Amino acid sequence: MIGTGILKGMAVTARNFVGSYFDEERLITVQYPEERNPLPENYRNFPFLLYDGDDPHAGLRCVACKICEKECPPQCIYIVKSDDKKPDYMGKPQFYPKVFDIDISVCMSCQICVEVCPFEAIKMDKDFELSKRERFNHLLQRKEELSKPNEYYHSICPTEAADVDAKLAAAAEAAAKKKAAAAPAPATPPAPSGSSSASASS
Amino acid sequence: MSATVETLEAIERPPVTMGSRLEGELLEVSMGPQHPSTHGVFRMNVALEGEIVRKLKPVFGYLHRNHEKIGENTSYLGSMPYTDRLDYFCSMTNNWAYALSVEKLAGIEVPERAQYLRIILAELTRLQNHASLLGFLLNDMGAWGTPLMYAFREREKILDLFESLSGSRMMCDYMRFGGCRVDADDAWLARARQIVDRFPKFLDEFEELILGNEIVIGRTQNVGKLSADLAISAGITGPMLRACGVNYDVRKVDGYGFYPRFKFRIPLGEHGDTYDRLMMRALEMRESVEILKQALAQIQPGPIVNPKVKIRAFRPPVGEAYGRIEAPKGELGFYLISDGGPNPYRYRVRPPSFINLTVLEDLCLGHTVADVMVILGSVDIVMGEVDR
Amino acid sequence: MESLEQIKDRAETAIPGAKIDIVPNPGPANQPSLLIDNEHAPAIAKFLRDDAALRLDFCSNVTGVDWLDRVAKKTVKVKKVVDGEEKEVNQTTEEKIPGYLEAVYHLYSITHKHGAVIIRMRTEDRAAGARLPSLTPIWRSAEFQEREIYDLYGIRFDGHPDLRRILMWDEFEDHPMRKDYVQPDDFEWEPTPHDDVLARAKQHYTPRPELDGAEKITAGSGDTLKR
Repeated sequence: MIGTGILKGMAVTARNFVGSYFDEERLITVQYPEERNPLPENYRNFPFLLYDGDDPHAGLRCVACKICEKECPPQCIYIVKSDDKKPDYMGKPQFYPKVFDIDISVCMSCQICVEVCPFEAIKMDKDFELSKRERFNHLLQRKEELSKPNEYYHSICPTEAADVDAKLAAAAEAAAKKKAAAAPAPATPPAPSGSSSASASS
Repeated sequence: MSATVETLEAIERPPVTMGSRLEGELLEVSMGPQHPSTHGVFRMNVALEGEIVRKLKPVFGYLHRNHEKIGENTSYLGSMPYTDRLDYFCSMTNNWAYALSVEKLAGIEVPERAQYLRIILAELTRLQNHASLLGFLLNDMGAWGTPLMYAFREREKILDLFESLSGSRMMCDYMRFGGCRVDADDAWLARARQIVDRFPKFLDEFEELILGNEIVIGRTQNVGKLSADLAISAGITGPMLRACGVNYDVRKVDGYGFYPRFKFRIPLGEHGDTYDRLMMRALEMRESVEILKQALAQIQPGPIVNPKVKIRAFRPPVGEAYGRIEAPKGELGFYLISDGGPNPYRYRVRPPSFINLTVLEDLCLGHTVADVMVILGSVDIVMGEVDR
Repeated sequence: MESLEQIKDRAETAIPGAKIDIVPNPGPANQPSLLIDNEHAPAIAKFLRDDAALRLDFCSNVTGVDWLDRVAKKTVKVKKVVDGEEKEVNQTTEEKIPGYLEAVYHLYSITHKHGAVIIRMRTEDRAAGARLPSLTPIWRSAEFQEREIYDLYGIRFDGHPDLRRILMWDEFEDHPMRKDYVQPDDFEWEPTPHDDVLARAKQHYTPRPELDGAEKITAGSGDTLKR
């Protein structure tokens, strides 16, 4: 009979309409921004720079090797290397970025900078509300805005941050052993960064 | 059913005042690029006789960004996130097609678990692409919003899966040469199983909603008929080709990935009209669910990336390779020429929806303007891929 | 499926005067191709499509490649008499290989489900001689793709039913996929202030009115824009 198909369809819409009030599976929208769904741990949006301890300058892990600048597909990173050196988390003197800028409007959050970074210095953030008041200068994130402490990293990606800390601690230990084997003098290496605020800001 | 030309000749039409007149009684109308049902910035120059389409010329390029030039100026890895932006509904299959081509070019093996993950993600992509296509098609027909929102509700569940695995809903950037970037844990696989198990319920409901509907049947059957010969000659691929009754699916023919390990059927149409194209999607989703069930049952723990592949300074040997997969929209291929450098010498995308538009004029001639929208909707285009 | 040698032999016998070369592909992909001569290209293509054993009825991918002029350096050891002594001296000869444009077709058979057979055609040069016969009459799928090659590479396809620009606009003059294409430097601002884009943009644009905030943009050095 003509019209049965339409009636069947109407029944489906009615089921969905009623269901949308109490059925968990059909009740899926949330009232953003008052309500928010939790973000998955792997969620990524826009990179930030990690530092250990309290001082964003002294604890900054980035050594201005410029690999991320080179590998970034849309070329949104701009780095100027420093002239002097500062000790890194293992106490080794390293360069640091005098300028480290990322352009929000060009960055496509692809995570390649994170993958290629050999120093675990750049990580993906979860902040997705990045709208700015001004069109040009505000869209350029400077080093000061990009630097965030390790605690912040632990708060957004606990599992991954713990893995990274363990890896760095192991590397520092291996380096210390090597150093100890090479020179018997009691050289105490600075404590591996970790989430503790006992930092390498000496 | 479409009206025939003869009947329209008899009707007296009031003189047309808008638009520019062509020779005779033809009226040239520019549909798009800002038309709500052109799926993006697609434009058609249509010559109309009354309401009947006499000529149709698609106009491209409003979203052209020369993706291929960008690909030739970035490293092999750097092109991976750009492929997400081709067909932004199906970034996982785009990633796979590109990874497959580079793996062919450099002769890279992919570990077993990565192959399974790729198949799972590709079939989930097919589910969400076809579901939302059906929703959009109904949207174009005038069933405004409701079916589309039902489809989006299901799609959102799959996109949540993508997000929790790759970090992004649509711009996944998930696959790497020789494997995948992140491993899926057991909780993720359990969630995927749950979604796959529930999906047929949605399909039942959706088919009940649309496929028996007399209006849908009236609008789609015998509209935009495509013959098998023309489809083959014009390089039509994907569900649109199979709707004409041509049994050709790259998953079966090439057997890339681990597809030969799975049991699934290829749905075939008979008439090649819009209704068959619509049915193809509905039936393919059922088969995808079958593949997903098998893949999720068989997947074993193991490495997900080939350790021999370097992330930085990746340079494939000199040569060329063409790799193709069955993307939800058709055959998606990447043609790469390497000169031994860090960037591809030639980077070419074979976009299925662009080539499927070759026959758009043939499909639309003799139909009304309202049918053009339905036919275009059933071709399944995404402008990010068409214009590149 | 037959080997490329067999296909070449059979096509050359079937079409008198046709000349086919096999282009090897050194990479692991191992996809060698057939270089067909331009004059007989439509006949060869028709043979490939209609031959009962091949039936390459599905032309999947059509694309262009730009090969620039190259200078091949050859070093040959030549015996020369220097100061009454016979010595071996390296002599470098430079050979200029003119560039050409190439159209590549990836063919499959839907009837027999085999493939790919890759055929390619080369133009005489990269300027006025960049002409090739169109294979659109053989495979409809080449229609848009040959238009795209014409648009982006500038190969003119003789016999194409509707050879117009497809992705770029009609008034556009150059062919952007060519390797020696020079980007125009007058495109709109990109806000990455360290790019050389900024320097170029500065030459082209006077700053916008106060409202926009554009006049505050500074380069890395802190220079303000000149009015």
